[in-house]
Amino acid sequence: MASKFVAFTSLGRRSLPNQWDLIALSLIFGLFVLVARGSHDMTVPLPAPDAAPITLDYAYLPYYALRTTLRMFLALAASLAFTLTYATLAAKSRRAEAVLIPLLDVLQSVPILGFLSFTVTFFLGLFPGSSLGAELACIFAIFTSQAWNMAFSFYQSLRTVPGDLAEVSEGFRLSPWQTFWQLETPFAMPGLIYNTMMSMSGGWFFVVAAEAITVGDTTIKLPGIGSYLATAIDQKDIGAVLVAVAMVLVVILLYDQLVFRPIVAFSDKFKVELSASQTVSKSWVLDLLARTFWVRRAAEPLARAFDWFTSLRLDLPAFGRRRAEPSRAVSRAVDVAWFAVIALIAVYAGWQAVLFIATTLDWHDVLTTIGLTLITMVRVVVLLVLASFVWVPIAVWIGLRPRIAQRVQPAAQFLAAFPANVVFPIAVVGILTFHLDPDIWLSFLIIFGTQWYIVFNVIAGASAFPNDLREAAANFRISGLTWWFRVMIPGIFPYYVTGALTASGGSWNAAIVAEYVKWGNDKVSASGIGAYIAQATEAGDFPRIVLGVAMMSIFVILYNRLLWRPLFSYAERRLRLS
Amino acid sequence: MLEEVKGGPLLEVRHVSQRYKGGSDDEAPAVLDDVSTTLSRGEIVGLLGRSGCGKSTLLRIVSGLIRPSAGEVVYQGKALTGPADGVAMVFQSFALFPWLSVLENVEIGLKALKIAPDEARRRALAAIDLIGLDGYESAYPKELSGGMRQRVGFARAVVTHPNILLMDEPFSALDVLTAETLRSDLIDLWSEGRLPIKSILMVTHNIEEAVLMCDRILVLSSHPGRIASEIRVTLPHPRNRLDPVFRQLVDNIYALMTRRSASKQPGKDGLFPGTGIGMVLPRVSTNSLAGLIEEVAAEPYSGRADLPHLADSLQMEIDDLFPIAETLQLMRFAELEEGDIKLTGAGRRFADAEVDARKKQFGDHLIAYVPLAARIKRVLDERPSHVANAARFREELEDYMSEDYAEKTLRSAINWGRYGEVYAYDEDNRSFSLENPT
Repeated sequence: MASKFVAFTSLGRRSLPNQWDLIALSLIFGLFVLVARGSHDMTVPLPAPDAAPITLDYAYLPYYALRTTLRMFLALAASLAFTLTYATLAAKSRRAEAVLIPLLDVLQSVPILGFLSFTVTFFLGLFPGSSLGAELACIFAIFTSQAWNMAFSFYQSLRTVPGDLAEVSEGFRLSPWQTFWQLETPFAMPGLIYNTMMSMSGGWFFVVAAEAITVGDTTIKLPGIGSYLATAIDQKDIGAVLVAVAMVLVVILLYDQLVFRPIVAFSDKFKVELSASQTVSKSWVLDLLARTFWVRRAAEPLARAFDWFTSLRLDLPAFGRRRAEPSRAVSRAVDVAWFAVIALIAVYAGWQAVLFIATTLDWHDVLTTIGLTLITMVRVVVLLVLASFVWVPIAVWIGLRPRIAQRVQPAAQFLAAFPANVVFPIAVVGILTFHLDPDIWLSFLIIFGTQWYIVFNVIAGASAFPNDLREAAANFRISGLTWWFRVMIPGIFPYYVTGALTASGGSWNAAIVAEYVKWGNDKVSASGIGAYIAQATEAGDFPRIVLGVAMMSIFVILYNRLLWRPLFSYAERRLRLS
Repeated sequence: MLEEVKGGPLLEVRHVSQRYKGGSDDEAPAVLDDVSTTLSRGEIVGLLGRSGCGKSTLLRIVSGLIRPSAGEVVYQGKALTGPADGVAMVFQSFALFPWLSVLENVEIGLKALKIAPDEARRRALAAIDLIGLDGYESAYPKELSGGMRQRVGFARAVVTHPNILLMDEPFSALDVLTAETLRSDLIDLWSEGRLPIKSILMVTHNIEEAVLMCDRILVLSSHPGRIASEIRVTLPHPRNRLDPVFRQLVDNIYALMTRRSASKQPGKDGLFPGTGIGMVLPRVSTNSLAGLIEEVAAEPYSGRADLPHLADSLQMEIDDLFPIAETLQLMRFAELEEGDIKLTGAGRRFADAEVDARKKQFGDHLIAYVPLAARIKRVLDERPSHVANAARFREELEDYMSEDYAEKTLRSAINWGRYGEVYAYDEDNRSFSLENPT
């Protein structure tokens, strides 16, 4: 399991929040406010785009699935374009890096559905009366669930290109453009693809949530599985819900087999390793393509065109590798000016955000959101601990048995990709039927879709546990708690941290959907910041959305920096078994 | 044998100096100090020196990858400002692109030159043919053995028809047999005039390799890197390692290299760069130190050994052997002179002692002769808590040397101190203390 490719590469860096985080926070929420205001002023209320109403006829489901998949692809293309430009800029320019990377860090912590609340009205306003705006908003929501991860991975790869290969490119005087395509991009490929695959799993969750959304008076339902599901929920049609769930399963399976397996198998070629590795990723689709004659023939001109494109020199003077270096004093002066401008913009943006929130809210609201966020945080932490207690022993048991692990592992990865929100309504039925306390029972939904990350990472860790260490432990008859605490847990810890970190990030995001669930006209909500944001979104109350999302982001940043980064760097430093 | 073609120099290195960039400009230790030399048509020149003598840095300056802090490299009448046309490099690590096939790896050398694809293909195939890679065109590097990989490295450099071929320890990552085959193949091609190359500059730390291949050997001294001497080798190719003249040359260079390191400059304590606490310590394990003392003390050496002979029988390269020998000299367990290593009285006592006595003796010598160890010990003694953070010493070291060297030096001090039981080091807290856990 290539867990080293997971996008927490940013975790290796210093851990305490600093002035850059503050600047990034102000910039992002300033922009949100700008978007919210701009779209607010345009037309209130927006006319709902005249799209065909969603029908629950099963025959339409494949078509809806196709539409949803198409959105996923478009979002992927957008994320890729963003990654190649944003990350490259950050890696190549010191001044850009100082702003772009903290920005990315904060963007990663903003709940993805929070973006949706702002952008829906904005995109609708861009194309009034057409469903194009809604499509864009939905695609943007998926984009936000992928782009940051991918950009981080790419940036990290660009910064760690092997020195000798860089010297070859420079020694043979490849132009920056050629180096980018011959060296940097291929080198970044395995990490980028792995991260794309991981964030794609999250993407299904958000596409389901984003296709059918209500912001204030505007309700949108785009043709797609998510809307189908939302309609089924509105009409309390349990049969339709179940069929939709089955459809999602099929789509994810096809996506995995037809798209990602081939790409992952292909990306093996780009791994920088000294010898052919033991585990080779296989894909029957790729094998099939490699055997066909016509497909290969058809692909040849494409390959040649790509080769031509990447071999261009494109010697733009602006991208000259080495211009005459300006004197130290000049360089410092430019630095000071640059950072002063950034700081000013950040202060202005932050001030605007505060003003915007203050139009209708005051300190009490701030205190309320802090309280609610604390409640949600307790929920996330407690459930993570619970899930760990349940799953770690099971996953270790599985991981130590290769034959079982081989079968369970794909299932766990698949479950992680499955959008858990499609089964949330079923939980509501249960809660209503048995009169359960939503504050407790809704909590389980938060971890429902994300616990699988712990499972498959720990399985991978236990599978990779060195056999000689196991034999040594057995030889010295180490067993019981000693075996767990001195042998196995340290051995799987880096994997566990990776899994738990992913799970925790996903749980924060899930909170927005999980703390406020509907079934027809029945609504069940738990108190927490997730429900606060969800309700504010439904009401179209922008100051509350900004406040809620900002508070949640701040907590997520602190929580990641103070808890996960130290754990992660400890695991990397002391417990990595290789 | 190749006739030496006389003419103007192909390339000229003029008063090149390179300083370590970390410290302030004046006090920064020099990696290279005022190096001048020339490279002429038809010759193979070797840069021979120990690790850390700046030979790789010099090669990268010649290639245009690094620009020197002072001085210049003149190539084709102009000062070099970056990688130039007609200078190609072969790397110690091969530096092949894992995602490109052999053919594509070779072609990449032509990418920058705007050569038509058909012509590029033709030249690449010719180079592959020349270097003996026929049949491997579509293989990927990870499928190849080390020797085959380095052949790809050669083909990629040769395909550009460079005037100068630069080689950075091209054989040191290969096993002995493979390296020998590659060397002789290369020399054969060179002697027969089949390589489209005018001159070769190679870096090596292997004395025999230098004598085997080069027409001229520049011996670099360490810290700072200077050209200590220049040796012409006029033996015809192919050269025979057992030829008495060959052996004599190897012995002479050994003597030269140990003499240089044994000579003491005023104000310098020992052989390593830097003085006092700023001395860069090599990473040498205490087992190697004890092992070498025992080896020299035992028959047939009985306390005095010829270094080339010792290196041969232990199958060690000078980069492995010299740091151990020099650490022994620093701690006064042995002396180096004229290519020999001679145990001191302390060294002989060490060889005869039991484990605990050895550790005690080692600890005493460590504090007496290694300033950093003495400093750590003194700080610990002075503090009431007898605990000191490692970061404190690391920062102090970084005033004198680069971060890498500081880390290496501190690691050595930790390991030696642990063996001598002079102080303890706790990896969890990264702190030194006087007490071992009880």
